[in-house]
Amino acid sequence: MDNTLAPPQTRRVVMGIQEPQDFDAPELPTEPLPLNMGPSHPAMHGTVRMVLEVEGEKISSADVQIGYLHRCFEKESEFATWTQVFPYTDRLNYISPMLNNVGYAMAVEKLLGITNQIPERAQYIRVIVGEMSRITDHMTCLGASAMELGAFTVFLYMLKAREWLFELIEEVCGARLTVSYLRIGGCAWDLPEGFAEKLRSILERSKGVLAEVSTLLDRNRIFRDRLDGIGVVTQQDCLQYGITGPVARSTGLAYDVRKDAPYLVYDRFDFDVPVGSVGDNFDRYAVRVEEMKQSMRILEQALQQIQPGPVAVNDPRIILPAKSETYNSIEAMIAHFKIIMDGIHVPPGEVYSYTEAGNGELGFYLVSDGTGRPWKCRVRPPCFAATAILPELLKGLFIADIVPTFGLMNMIGGECDR
Amino acid sequence: MGADFVTGKLADVVNWARKFSLFSYPFVTACCGMEYMSVAAPKYDIARFGAEFPRFSPRQADLMIIVGTITERQGPALRRIYDQMCEPKWVIAFGVCASTGGFYQNYSTMPGADQVVPVDVYIPGCPPRPEQVLDALVLLQERIQRGEGHSQVVLKAEALAKKKGGEYDVPAMSIKPRTDHLAALPSATKPTGGEG
Amino acid sequence: MSQNVLERLKAQFTGGELLDTGSQHGDEWARIRRDAWVTVATFLRDDPATKMEMFTDLTVVDRFATEPRFDVVLHLYSVSLKQRVRLYAGVPEEDPTLETLVPVWAGANWFEREAYDLYGVRFKGHPDLRRILMYPEFVGHPLRKDYPKEKRQPLVRRQPGSVD
Repeated sequence: MDNTLAPPQTRRVVMGIQEPQDFDAPELPTEPLPLNMGPSHPAMHGTVRMVLEVEGEKISSADVQIGYLHRCFEKESEFATWTQVFPYTDRLNYISPMLNNVGYAMAVEKLLGITNQIPERAQYIRVIVGEMSRITDHMTCLGASAMELGAFTVFLYMLKAREWLFELIEEVCGARLTVSYLRIGGCAWDLPEGFAEKLRSILERSKGVLAEVSTLLDRNRIFRDRLDGIGVVTQQDCLQYGITGPVARSTGLAYDVRKDAPYLVYDRFDFDVPVGSVGDNFDRYAVRVEEMKQSMRILEQALQQIQPGPVAVNDPRIILPAKSETYNSIEAMIAHFKIIMDGIHVPPGEVYSYTEAGNGELGFYLVSDGTGRPWKCRVRPPCFAATAILPELLKGLFIADIVPTFGLMNMIGGECDR
Repeated sequence: MGADFVTGKLADVVNWARKFSLFSYPFVTACCGMEYMSVAAPKYDIARFGAEFPRFSPRQADLMIIVGTITERQGPALRRIYDQMCEPKWVIAFGVCASTGGFYQNYSTMPGADQVVPVDVYIPGCPPRPEQVLDALVLLQERIQRGEGHSQVVLKAEALAKKKGGEYDVPAMSIKPRTDHLAALPSATKPTGGEG
Repeated sequence: MSQNVLERLKAQFTGGELLDTGSQHGDEWARIRRDAWVTVATFLRDDPATKMEMFTDLTVVDRFATEPRFDVVLHLYSVSLKQRVRLYAGVPEEDPTLETLVPVWAGANWFEREAYDLYGVRFKGHPDLRRILMYPEFVGHPLRKDYPKEKRQPLVRRQPGSVD
């Protein structure tokens, strides 16, 4: 990052005024006060309870209690067929639902052994909708975090831009948020007419929105003072806790699954992975802003490279037959019936498949016993690892510092609690 | 014309004022929160209906919008927040998870927020479109105008009972939470859960 | 892809700690004897040929019909060498305990708490083994195959005859 983004020096530092250390520590006796930031709180994205022990304004210990949105993804997926799990995956990281769909579809395809047979157009579509979801993820995260710090305008600008993307996603698959667009073996249906022009125009306007937000926040004295130097995560922390994604990249750990273990057609695109240096809140903010710009780069290249073709693998054991055949031939109707009622028969085995989701390495560990329903469908949630470091990170911070730290970790209840 | 006409008209005016100045407490838990944000955003703009300002303290709010899935763990917190609101208060169950539990039928999801709080308007949808939410708000406003919100009915019944010199016996169906089933659970003071 | 991880394990642990190894769908896995769990994990983290510094995932699979009933599954990743491995440790139902990995990777803390909460596998030496996703009043370990999906244990209900 260039020097113009260095924090402006405060007036007290320029004038050489020394801040007194621990102003009132010896004189006033303080007792630790237990304070509950309770599961319903405006700054707790979704529901998290923090039982804090504070001395004055400083936090001496924080017990982060999650689980208030435990909706039993694993248990439900053991009773659903492989395809019926898709709606449950939408609701994991619900601000980037397509990325969860991509991760799960790729995991089942790895277990089926058909990863190389997915048609190219389907792979490009997955990349396109995935990157659109990544942009909505970062827009929501940064918009909500900025709102909690008082920058309400930024929230409205981000939401305005997010609405354009939601409308386009609705044209693609019929739902703004909970999409269930992908299927095992490809996509449910093709992109609509005029998709490329609409997406290009949205990207143009979104770049304008991001530029406006930059002018509002990047050199904003209040924003910088609240974010600089707070909540520093080190690279060693990331390795110990398994933190990946924008949080890890902000510490300098350049790990991005799209570059280190390219999947789909990511190796055909020219994009950079933004990496921070300090690992504080501002770095996490800046990494997300840069990632949005890189996602837009990927989208432009994908729109140029995508070619017409089939959008699903041509295997009658995996893909539903076309409706015209289902209604007119008995074989197709029986095939349709078996796939829907029994589920796709996935051979017995276990697989761990990982993709780069909005928060980091989203892993799916699937165990199949050969039937049409999973034996175990485990999600490795990236923000679970990031939230696990919060009790350590919050020690010594002020209560007001919890808001940006927690916000920029982007803990999404649906993914953390599953 | 008499006192009844005046109080009737006064009640109408008061309800008119109430319905157009709802202070909402968004009890946001899950994905529906994203659609709630969209409803508050400039495109769908809940501010046109007077319900713009979320008051993040239940003491200052009169409309609790339960947005998203309620789990059993959330139950006591939700109940407590409902109790902290002042009368008259209304509740909207936003989304199918808050209405009936949605497609989550498992050991952790409460089958609808109305298991612990009385709900006035249910909005189905997963998540509901913002237009659905605005329609539900208009429906609620009509109910408020007619004085048929759950809390308004209870208040009226209490006032009537007091006028007749008695106490209004809140029926078991209404707002008191039941606790008889808690005897089956181990004591809440035990620090860790038991073995299966 | 990460075959040399298995080679290193086979070379280092010749005393029967390594029960089985294999490779499926491009994933390398190794089954470890229960008492060698921490030793093998520490070796994988520190050995310069494997360098599994990043802890990825820890979970439990309930095999239900086979012995041992539970398999604790650990996924590790080496950022520098770009290698992955999956480790299994069989844990029987009568004694569902295993050594904790918190001294090796601090992040194992919450993952082990979740494994205890949902499956009932206790981790010896864990600093704070309590429920994480379910509430403390909950009885049972819900992700076990014999826990019914819809058996709720509600904390508060409004009226008699409500769904329990």
